[in-house]
Amino acid sequence: MTKTDQSSVVELTQVTFTWPGNDTPTLDIPSLVVTHGEHLFIKGPSGCGKSTLLGLLTGINTATSGQVSLLGEELTKMSGSQRDKFRANNIGYIFQQFNLLPYLSVIENVTLPCQFAPQRKKQVEGDLTAKATELLEKLRLPSALLNKPVTELSIGQQQRVAAARALIGNPKVVIADEPTSSLDFDNRSAFIELLLEQVNQANSTLLFVSHDPTLEPLFDRTINLQQLNQAGGQL
Amino acid sequence: MTPTLSLAWKSVRNRKVTAILTILTVAISVILLLGVERIRTQAKSSFANTISGTDLIVGGRSGQVNLLLYSVFRIGNATNNIDWKSYQEFSQHRAVDWAIPISLGDSHKGFRVMGTNHSYFEHYRYGQKQNLAFNQGKEFNGLFEAVIGADVARSLNYHIGSEMVIAHGISDVGFSRHENTPFKVVGILAPTGTPVDKTVHVSLEAIEAIHVGWESGANLGNNPSAEQLLQMNFQPKQITAMMLGLKSKIQTFALQRQINTYAKEPLSAILPGVALHELWGMMSVAEQALMAVSVFVVIAGLLGMLSSLLTSLQERRREMAILRAMGARPRHVFSLLILEASVLTFVGLIVGTIGLYALLAVAAPIIQQQYGIDLQMIALSQYEWLLLAAVQIAGTIIGFIPAFRAYKQSLSDGMTIRV
Repeated sequence: MTKTDQSSVVELTQVTFTWPGNDTPTLDIPSLVVTHGEHLFIKGPSGCGKSTLLGLLTGINTATSGQVSLLGEELTKMSGSQRDKFRANNIGYIFQQFNLLPYLSVIENVTLPCQFAPQRKKQVEGDLTAKATELLEKLRLPSALLNKPVTELSIGQQQRVAAARALIGNPKVVIADEPTSSLDFDNRSAFIELLLEQVNQANSTLLFVSHDPTLEPLFDRTINLQQLNQAGGQL
Repeated sequence: MTPTLSLAWKSVRNRKVTAILTILTVAISVILLLGVERIRTQAKSSFANTISGTDLIVGGRSGQVNLLLYSVFRIGNATNNIDWKSYQEFSQHRAVDWAIPISLGDSHKGFRVMGTNHSYFEHYRYGQKQNLAFNQGKEFNGLFEAVIGADVARSLNYHIGSEMVIAHGISDVGFSRHENTPFKVVGILAPTGTPVDKTVHVSLEAIEAIHVGWESGANLGNNPSAEQLLQMNFQPKQITAMMLGLKSKIQTFALQRQINTYAKEPLSAILPGVALHELWGMMSVAEQALMAVSVFVVIAGLLGMLSSLLTSLQERRREMAILRAMGARPRHVFSLLILEASVLTFVGLIVGTIGLYALLAVAAPIIQQQYGIDLQMIALSQYEWLLLAAVQIAGTIIGFIPAFRAYKQSLSDGMTIRV
């Protein structure tokens, strides 16, 4: 399994993760493969190791044992700063809520990842601001809001700005950590539809984490982390 | 580095109130530090500028600081007078170019009265060898004529022609006034920033004249009237001290030794520069204490900044997590905090320096009037630049503490937002 398939974007092999100071692992995943362009729904109740898994996928944490590969590169073999660089260039990330930096404008928030990722900046053709505006337009953010302080935006609008930020510069992987949990049902579906549309256009792979099973039908495939995680049960 | 700097700046701007308070804390400590330094150096130069061009000061036998204090600064009193004959002998010494006799002991409304002669206006120098200049009027010629310093004129609102009564000793009370011999102001000197400004100058003869009938030190009555005195011919018998200018500096030590070993009278001759140095040395303890206090204020200011940075870290964990997710490396987070501390210190330095000059512009005339210290609006000295640089470096170093904490936090928090 060391030779990675060209089409596989994420590959986890015999991965365990133990938080420092704990005796038992929080995460134990024998195998997980996500292919290119896939929209994967990762579900599971809170405490089943979602945050830990995301930490491993983004390279913030390193697996205690096993291999974590993203885009054919083994994160487990990289140094901390290499992983940071890799994340900046290849991963768009959407938080659960309060995604935006209150002291930056809407446009500045969207272009923020490009400041740390030269590769993503290069992917943007032409002017960064123009690209950000275009993305926000596609995500149906009213243009009147572009110059407002981000704190005046509703949660739903903030999440769309966050989505634009995750998508700018066409990162190969977009990870969304319960981005809809603070939205009401109508907004939720609308947000996911817009997100999926843009992820398709950017030709990215989407990992969508949520505990809300009603969203499941919108995705290509679902993984139940509780079942996948052999460590199960422990917090 | 530039994106981090602009992020740091915008982040600080977002926490305006705390940032402004922190900047003010730093600014105030900088004002104090530079202000103390200013006053210290300018007081010192003002002090060193009090007398210039005089090679030896001669008085009754005493310590050099004491002699300097009463003859130049008009502080304290002479231990002993010197005989007029000694003055005549040394003023005509072949090494001596000029001699200024001075006679102290009387006062006018808190200002010292000094008896001297024409030589004073010709040879006395202060600052960078500047001669005394007249703002109005001229030297005294008649017996009851006085030349007053700029401060005397200003605070007593005296003009040419004003009349003044001189008191015996330095306490100006009714029974000790030389009331029957009023003086007329004939000249007002230009400000010098030295004790000259606070002195009333009269002739040596006048000092003798007003003391006729006061030989025992108190008014024994039946004083002659001013008209009678004008008819008399006065020859000074004693003076308090004299200032000597020599033809050649090489002879200074020889003459000093000669005066110090003068057989007819116990005299002391001092070098003004050496005595000034010793006097300043005595005050350096206070000077250093002041400097220490202002250094502590700077430390307190920087600690204030540290505490506000550390407090803000807790609320900024989300900010750090977002930045991390956007690809910011822990070292970005680290430099963000260092930059913030540096920017706050830097702005504080600028505000403090501007504040110092604003304060100087307001306070300089008052200080000049009250203490005779001339605070000039000069550019920052090299030492002051060094002080500012030291504060900036200290501010940046202090930034390492919250930066290191944020670094550790962002490593352990990762992408999880903990609030």
